[in-house]
Formats: sequence, structure tokens, C-alpha cells
Amino acid sequence: MGFLDTILGRTKPVQPKLDDLFGLPSAAVQLEAATGFKPTGSGSVSFRAPEGKPFADIQKEVLELLDMDNGKPGGGLPVEVTKDSYGYTWLVVSHMSDEIDALVTDLHAVNSALVDGGFGPQLLCTLVAFTDDSHRRLSLVYLYKRGTFYPFAPLGGGNNRDNALELQVKGVLGDDLKFEQDLTRWFPVWGAPGL
Amino acid sequence: MATHTRYAPDRGLTVRITATLFLLGLVFVAFVALLIGIMTAAHASGAAIILVAVIFGGGSAFISLFYSDKIALAAAGAHEVSPQQAPELHGIVDRLCALADMDKPRVAIAPARMPNAFATGRNSKNSVLCVTEGLLYHSGLTQEELEGVLAHELSHVAHKDVQVMTYASLLAIVAGLLVRFAFYSELFGGGRRGGDNGQAALLIPLIMLASIVVYAISFLLIRLLSRYRELAADRSGALLTQNPSALISALTKVSQGMNRIPTQDLRAAESLNAFYFAPAMKLAGGRGGGASLSALFSTHPSLDKRIEQLTKIQRELGQVDSGPRGLR
Repeated sequence: MGFLDTILGRTKPVQPKLDDLFGLPSAAVQLEAATGFKPTGSGSVSFRAPEGKPFADIQKEVLELLDMDNGKPGGGLPVEVTKDSYGYTWLVVSHMSDEIDALVTDLHAVNSALVDGGFGPQLLCTLVAFTDDSHRRLSLVYLYKRGTFYPFAPLGGGNNRDNALELQVKGVLGDDLKFEQDLTRWFPVWGAPGL
Repeated sequence: MATHTRYAPDRGLTVRITATLFLLGLVFVAFVALLIGIMTAAHASGAAIILVAVIFGGGSAFISLFYSDKIALAAAGAHEVSPQQAPELHGIVDRLCALADMDKPRVAIAPARMPNAFATGRNSKNSVLCVTEGLLYHSGLTQEELEGVLAHELSHVAHKDVQVMTYASLLAIVAGLLVRFAFYSELFGGGRRGGDNGQAALLIPLIMLASIVVYAISFLLIRLLSRYRELAADRSGALLTQNPSALISALTKVSQGMNRIPTQDLRAAESLNAFYFAPAMKLAGGRGGGASLSALFSTHPSLDKRIEQLTKIQRELGQVDSGPRGLR
């Protein structure tokens, strides 16, 4: 926020940064080599759906676009739409676990459709899920407004997270992906769809 | 790259805030010019009074700004809560901060039963967002409504309202102190005045008179500014959550709650009034002239005004996008 915005008491909606998302496929390869975590093939986009019809229309278009290639190789499963208890909408995109490129392309299609419709400021985060042989869960969360990634590893059923694993992942991928340096912004997304 | 935005700026509000600040600045310049004029008249006691008032006023304003978070928390009897203690509340704030790309303030809960919330602190790193237990548990707000309230408070943090209002009040503080100092020096210094000091008899009442006028004008302007900043926070909050309807219903619920609360509770909360979500104390304004007078003095705009503005945003969100440049 600039000085003038402060004086005038206004906020400009923050536009999302989308490009860094494409660093994910190569980071996934590196993550598997270093820690054994593989992508599960599912990922999700979370956004705040505004009230009113214009947004509902765009959301419908996005869903139709994504589901067009269902059943074909690389097309993946139908997109799942869920609303979480905080009022955010999640579009869960599911692919085979070795199709992370297609997954990222689909996630990007959602992003760019929303941004083109003028709803860029509504994007919250995107989440790509990973798991290892001992079924530990890990996800890389991309914060749109910062253009940065951070790891989120929920532990068990309660609200606990595996900080050691998260920091390990940051150590492994820190040079390849743009990681969020401010640890206070690694906010948890307990029970997020697609995790 | 021109980013496509759907948000039409509220030019009316911008103009009104600018005009208010301009008037405050004008009063400030006139007052300082007058004080310098009096000081250069080389009247020692007058100059000393002015200097002391400026130092005291500036000092107290700085201290209250610097410790605003601690002072407000202590006044409200609030305690900070960790994400483990209040996971839901932290969850909402986390998401809103990520959506708005801002630093997360500390989160606190005050034991008051009155449903309310405030945010304070000198900058985004040192701010704290406080909600009362009444708002969380007794107001019957849904999660979406609570989120609307929190987004409004976060907008205050983003707009740096505590800083802006402190600087805006500086003049009124100094003027108010000057009135008091000049009054006491009239009262106690009168006997010592010699015959050659005839100027003083004229100057000190002059300082007092000017200060009273400046205090009155800046008081009204500050209240006006405060109301505009509430509207600005409503607007930014509604645009952040994209859910003006939830904020409207939260405002209605909370304001109705305010009317039901016994008065002694309200009086205890008066000192924090300017930073609250909805004013805790209603000025004793009746119908007709009384109501408009209380509107002039109040720190918050009337419920009708706030709802009217939010309804406008509601309409804008429902409108079909007319092209790549947004609504306008």
C-alpha cells in the first residue's frame, strides 16, 4: 500500500502471481529423489467465491473446460467442487500420480480463467498433494498473492503439523522453488480438500 | 500489463477524505502560524506555555501510538490467544491475510459480553486484532458474518488507521492542552504580572481563545474523518470477502445487540470507542435536531449509511462484467 492509499483509506485488490506455479513439475522430481515423496496426482485451487451471478457463470465455464477431456489419456477424473467450513471454494483436480504436468496445466487453467474474468484477487492458494511409502502426507501450498510456496504436512487427526518434515522440504526445494521466507505465513489448511 | 479489475474506486469517499484532511491541514497551518506569531512577539511566558504544550501533546500522542496495542488490550482486559486456543478464529484471520497479502496481526479475545471487535497498533507488524467473547459466543453471528467483521478490522490495519487518526488528533491534543495551560497561568500567574507586562494580559487569553476555536474545529473534523475511515474499512472489508451481505447482517445483529446492553458496561468501554467495529456508546441524541447533532459528534457512521454503502457494493458484484476494463 502506497502513502496515498493509506491517507485515503483505500486498498487496491491484490492481483495474483501465477507464473511460479510452473516450477512444480521439476520440483516434484527433486522432492522424490531427496525424500521419497511422490505426487498423489491430486491438486486443488482455493478461492473466495463472490456473491452474485457473474462469478457463478465463470465457475461453470471453468468446470466445463476442465471436464472436457475426461476419460482420455491425461484427462484425469472429473473436477470436484467443495466448499470448506471457512466459506472458501475448492476445485479438486485429480490425475494419475505421474501426470503432474497435466495437473499443473489444469490448475493454471482455473487460475487464468478466474483472472481473465476479473476475479484474480479472489484466489487464495493452490495445493498439490504428495505422499511417501509410509503414507505420510505432505502438500505444497502456493500462495497466489505472494507467488511463493510453502510445505504443509498434517500429522494424525488433530491439528498438528510435522514441522521437521516441512523444514526438511524447504531445505530440499528452497533453491528450485520460490519459497515463502516468512514462516508466519505458512498458514495451515487443516482438512483441505485434495490433501 | 494492465490488470483487469472489477472494483470501481469510490471516488466520492476519496474526495471527502481528502477534503477533510485538507481542512485539518488548513487549521493546523493557521494555528501554527498564530502560535509562531505569538512566540515571536517575544513574550516569555506565552512562548513557554506553547512549547510545553507542544512537547507534552506530541509526547503523549507518540507514547499512545507506540503502545496503542498494549494500552488497548489492557483497557479491554483482553488476552492474546494462540492458534491452538482459538483455531477457528486464527483460521479465518490466516485466510483473510493470505487473500489480502498482509502481515497477520496478533489475535486477542476480550471477556466483555458486548459483541464487538477492534484492531489497533502502530504498524502492521505490531498490530493486534481483538474480538469480544460476546461477538464470538453470544451474538449469534454465523461464520461468514464473523469473517465480515474481521475483514473490516483487518482493513483498519491495512489502512493504518491508528497512525492516521493519531496524527490527525495531534493538533486537537495540543490545542486542548493549551487551553488548560493558558487557563491555569491566568489563574495563578495573574498576581505576578507587572505593569510593563501589559501585553501578557492580552496574549494569554488570545492563545486560549484561538486554542478553543482550533480544538472545536479539529474535534469535529476528526470525528468526520473517523466516520469516513469506518466507511472505507467497510468497503475494503466487503471487497476482500466479496460478501457484503454477510457484513450487512453482522452490522445489523451487532448494532441491535448494542442497544440491549446495560449502560454501565457501555461506559466502561467508552475509551476504546474510536477503534471499535460499532460504537459502544450511543450519544444521547433524541429525534430531529438532537439526532443530527449526535451524528456530527459520533465516531462511527450511522447504521443506515453503512448499509447503504454496502448495498451499493452488493449491486456492483451482481452486475455482469461489461468489458476488460471492469465496471467503469
